[in-house]
Amino acid sequence: MSTRSVQRKISTHESLGVTLLLIGVALSYLLLFLGLPLATVFVEAFKKGWELYLSALMEPDAWAAIKLTLIAAGIAVPANLVFGVAAAWAIAKFEFKGKSLLITLIDLPFAVSPVVSGLVYVLLFGAQGWFGHWLQAHDIRLIFAVPGIVLATIFVTFPFIARELIPLMQSQGKEEEEAAVSLGASGWQTFWRVTLPNIKWGLLYGVILCNARAMGEFGAVSVVSGHIRGLTNTMPLHVEILYNEYNFVAAFAVASLLALLALLTLVIKSLVEWQAKRSGEPLH
Amino acid sequence: MSRFRAHSVLPSFNLALGFTLLYLSLIVLIPLSALFFKTATLGWGGFWDVITGDRVVASLRVTFLTSFIAALINAFFGLIVAWVLVRYTFPGKRIVDALVDLPFALPTAVAGITLAALYAPNGWMGQYFAAHDIKVAYTPTGIVVALTFIGLPFVVRTVQPVLADVEAEVEEAAASLGAGRWAVFSRVIFPAIYPALLTGFALAFARAIGEYGSVIFIAGNMPYISEIAPLLIVAKLEQYDYAGATAIAVVMLLLSFALLLALNALQWWTSRRGAR
Repeated sequence: MSTRSVQRKISTHESLGVTLLLIGVALSYLLLFLGLPLATVFVEAFKKGWELYLSALMEPDAWAAIKLTLIAAGIAVPANLVFGVAAAWAIAKFEFKGKSLLITLIDLPFAVSPVVSGLVYVLLFGAQGWFGHWLQAHDIRLIFAVPGIVLATIFVTFPFIARELIPLMQSQGKEEEEAAVSLGASGWQTFWRVTLPNIKWGLLYGVILCNARAMGEFGAVSVVSGHIRGLTNTMPLHVEILYNEYNFVAAFAVASLLALLALLTLVIKSLVEWQAKRSGEPLH
Repeated sequence: MSRFRAHSVLPSFNLALGFTLLYLSLIVLIPLSALFFKTATLGWGGFWDVITGDRVVASLRVTFLTSFIAALINAFFGLIVAWVLVRYTFPGKRIVDALVDLPFALPTAVAGITLAALYAPNGWMGQYFAAHDIKVAYTPTGIVVALTFIGLPFVVRTVQPVLADVEAEVEEAAASLGAGRWAVFSRVIFPAIYPALLTGFALAFARAIGEYGSVIFIAGNMPYISEIAPLLIVAKLEQYDYAGATAIAVVMLLLSFALLLALNALQWWTSRRGAR
């Protein structure tokens, strides 16, 4: 009896009741704030049946929005990929002054409201902007047109790949690259055969997160888009227009595609984390 | 004069750093500097008039207050979620763990219309509140709901790794010296995870302040009551009041930076006290 009470005293676990209570609270919270909204997207999308769902997606404006979203992400992700690799190469493999300032500046777009991210490009390239007159004189439209949407998308997704690669490449050091170079490998060979295989999972991880944000961005793109149906609407903007027209089924139908993209992103992300752990190349 | 960089046998430093700086300047630094140049055209008087306007002050109050409450909710429940995910096992745990990142992956506009549909008076959740005469959607409460969704992963993801690193030996030592479970948590575990909790809170708070897409659908957007500052920026832009919009943007940036600095200082201060 006395040994049992001593045993219980030095236990480092909660009683079963507390455990169940905590699990219950955590799961209820997640169900309320994550599960229920996720289910709602699909329930609302299929409320009036398959036919209306499909016809909402077959609409030319919906197609144009899907195409523009793919174009914006298709430019923004590779651009930020090249930047992320270059920045991580310079920061992780060399010592120079002002490095920590540079890392802070790269994170800057995360500290800015999406609306402000769009606003800065309007200030530069809008009709009243710094370059507005020059652009107008040469008949070039950036704002309320596709280039503005691409620029805003690049801005909001700017840090994703770089901030994934910088700590990863810093933790790996530069001995392997130095060995390759001193054995006569060229810069490209060193990167392709030595560096890239070491960072492939981190790279993929960054690309997936960057892509999800690029396709889903709303605030920044909304400010520079001008909302011209069929021309400058991305999928999230198309969702907004349909919703504001009380066309809820169509709005949720397009939203369900974006929700599927989000779920796919989470699945690939988990797989990449698992693979990275297995191959002994921890992320972050 | 010391050299700008240390010697290295690796190639392409100039190319990589040059490209990095060029791209950073073109995409981020020059556009952001436009904010400050545009605000300067207002002059101090004009700037002060814009940011002390009743509607602007009201929108800033709504933004910061709802963001603060949402971040508090996330700090409390996020800690419990992190605890449960680190310490316990239950069926479906890996799926739940992966799902925590949903707000990072789900486009904000989708979150916005979904939460609005859920919490509208005739929605799944809204009908129960409506039965008790409580309005959630189209009020500041609705804004808190949206911001709670947006900030949910931050606290969980910052606390989780730190909590996993708390060594079992320390807990066992405290327990064998007679500390009860609650004493072990409040005196041993909580001080270890407190900095991470504060970081997660700050990240959720900062994210909420700038948030736009998920809020505007559920907020109702009534001036002075449920209008957030980012929406007011958009409203000013639509009236071609670029300088006014920019002034609000600058104030939001400055307030967010001040808050993050204050939180950093608090964190530094508590970690120093803990180290003594």
